[in-house]
Amino acid sequence: MGWAIALHGGAGDISPSIPPERRQPREAALRHCLQIGVDALKAQKSPLDVVELVVRELENNPHFNAGKGSVLTTEGTVEMEACIMDGKTKKCGAVSGLTTVVNAISLARVVMEKTPHIYLAFDGAEKFAREQGLETVDSSHFITPANIERLKQFKEANRVQIDCAQPVEKDVKKETPTGDGDSPIGTVGCVAVDNDGNLAAATSTGGFVNKMVGRIGDTPIIGAGTYANNLCAVSATGRGEAIIRGTVARDVAALMEFKGLSLKDAAACVVEERVPRDNVGLVAVSAKGEVTMPFNTTGMYRASATEDGYTEFGIWPSVEN
Amino acid sequence: MGGWAIAVHGGAGVDPNLPQQRQEEAKQLLTRCLNLGISALRSNLPAIDVVELVVRELETDPLFNSGRGSALTAKGTVEMEASIMDGCGRRCGAVSGVTTVKNPVSLARLVMERSPHSYLAFSGAEEFARLQGVEVVDNEYFITEENVGMLKLAKEANTIVFDYRIPALGLETCSAVVESPIQMNGLPISVYAPETVGCVVVDSQGRCAAATSTGGLMNKMTGRIGDSPLIGAGTYACNLCGVSCTGEGEAIIRGTLAREVAAVMEYKGLGLQEAVDFVVKERLDEGKAGLIAVSSKGEVACGFNTTGMFRGCATEDGFMEVGIWD
Repeated sequence: MGWAIALHGGAGDISPSIPPERRQPREAALRHCLQIGVDALKAQKSPLDVVELVVRELENNPHFNAGKGSVLTTEGTVEMEACIMDGKTKKCGAVSGLTTVVNAISLARVVMEKTPHIYLAFDGAEKFAREQGLETVDSSHFITPANIERLKQFKEANRVQIDCAQPVEKDVKKETPTGDGDSPIGTVGCVAVDNDGNLAAATSTGGFVNKMVGRIGDTPIIGAGTYANNLCAVSATGRGEAIIRGTVARDVAALMEFKGLSLKDAAACVVEERVPRDNVGLVAVSAKGEVTMPFNTTGMYRASATEDGYTEFGIWPSVEN
Repeated sequence: MGGWAIAVHGGAGVDPNLPQQRQEEAKQLLTRCLNLGISALRSNLPAIDVVELVVRELETDPLFNSGRGSALTAKGTVEMEASIMDGCGRRCGAVSGVTTVKNPVSLARLVMERSPHSYLAFSGAEEFARLQGVEVVDNEYFITEENVGMLKLAKEANTIVFDYRIPALGLETCSAVVESPIQMNGLPISVYAPETVGCVVVDSQGRCAAATSTGGLMNKMTGRIGDSPLIGAGTYACNLCGVSCTGEGEAIIRGTLAREVAAVMEYKGLGLQEAVDFVVKERLDEGKAGLIAVSSKGEVACGFNTTGMFRGCATEDGFMEVGIWD
């Protein structure tokens, strides 16, 4: 037993030749956010507070695809979504289609705690945010030059695929990394467990580059991108459509519960067998304080720590695996 | 074993004081929809086509809470949602916040087949509908007089129950409560009757499919999304089974109910009815819900922990049953 925390900044085709000026701020952010989470756990904050805190920090960082730095829709706008789940009670909150709310994850938490509903979206969610006094800003706050460029490059490369009159292959679509080695997909997330085995998970994202306006991904769907119960907490990232179909986060917990697999084996099974290659990564912790961070993409920005002093940071597969 | 099977539902959680005439109308609609599905299955239509066909019929009829006859938002408008899943390859499509599309389940199918995504909502879904040329109407088309009346009652009950700043007191004075003390989602059952619709089918090739459609919770906040469009919660289908749920959205989402049935079959080797019973008994905690399911082997099952569920089911060997109560 003991506490444990893991967080991610997105899985995808992260090229090993990514230039240092792109890589270093993200690595620094992962370390910083991990430290914040660890300090909070040491200060006995609840896992729910910890995951919200860490994801807020990741949302505020412009280098990840959530909050500020979110990727853009096909119209060059931002539509953010997030989800939070308390493993102990299985209470959850989710939001989609946010355009002005600074911290989507906090709105998701307010939906969970202050409404009889679980999921609010678009205008209704924005209105609710204002009623609850959450911080909102002009939408331009979230848009970064890097993402404007990313959208442009993506549109150029994918001209053919947006013709909606043609049937479209969902899983086989190849990602197009931009010239600087960045992946067009990603999400941020955090999972944590305290000394008493209480678990929580939180995920937040801007979605998929060049997505259709109104497109909802896996992040706000309980059981797909986010899940927590009394066994484990999971936050997934990757190709939303594949994660939804694979009910990824729920399946990790289901394999543990129904087949008695360990956290590590359950997570590996889901990542290796239930979702096609190059589509998914996840972070998960168990009630016993274990951590696992498998992915089947080129890389996943990730960090984890456990009470016994173990820490791990990474982008590409670890050498010893 | 083997052969086709079909089940339909019109919502779990029925007012025990529901007038007899209304009960008859519901049974007739369910029977008609079952027969529609059965003809389609006999003509060898694949499961995915059959579930869409049947749910379209349920949406078009104003009786239940989907398409025309949908529950109203707090603003008195209609916001519909639906999802569909094809057990073959687990392809799926979902829509939320639909306000002018006559058949949300068909829009969900188009999302599955004609867009690079799985789930579209609100203005994006409406825009996609226009691009695809689906039939659209004014929002008023979906609003029935009966539901306008229900909304009024719900607001009356809600000002006491749902105002989350105020503890739930004084409910006894609300006229809606006097009629029936059973509550779901915090509202008296005479006012809140989920009446989400759904259909699950396995065709003679053993392919499963599921579809669910709803107007959502009466007096809901604009933008509120329930379980019906969420894959794994309200709808799920894989190579083993097809499942559609109805009832308290929160309970269904937290319990990832539809996926749960498939998961216990897959990971614990339970049979269909066992899986359904297990999920209804163990996965709902204090929540109230029901579900229908079919297996690739041609079995059909339903389960609910509510007072009644509008449902009907039929299998190729001639079995057919329509019911409301236990």
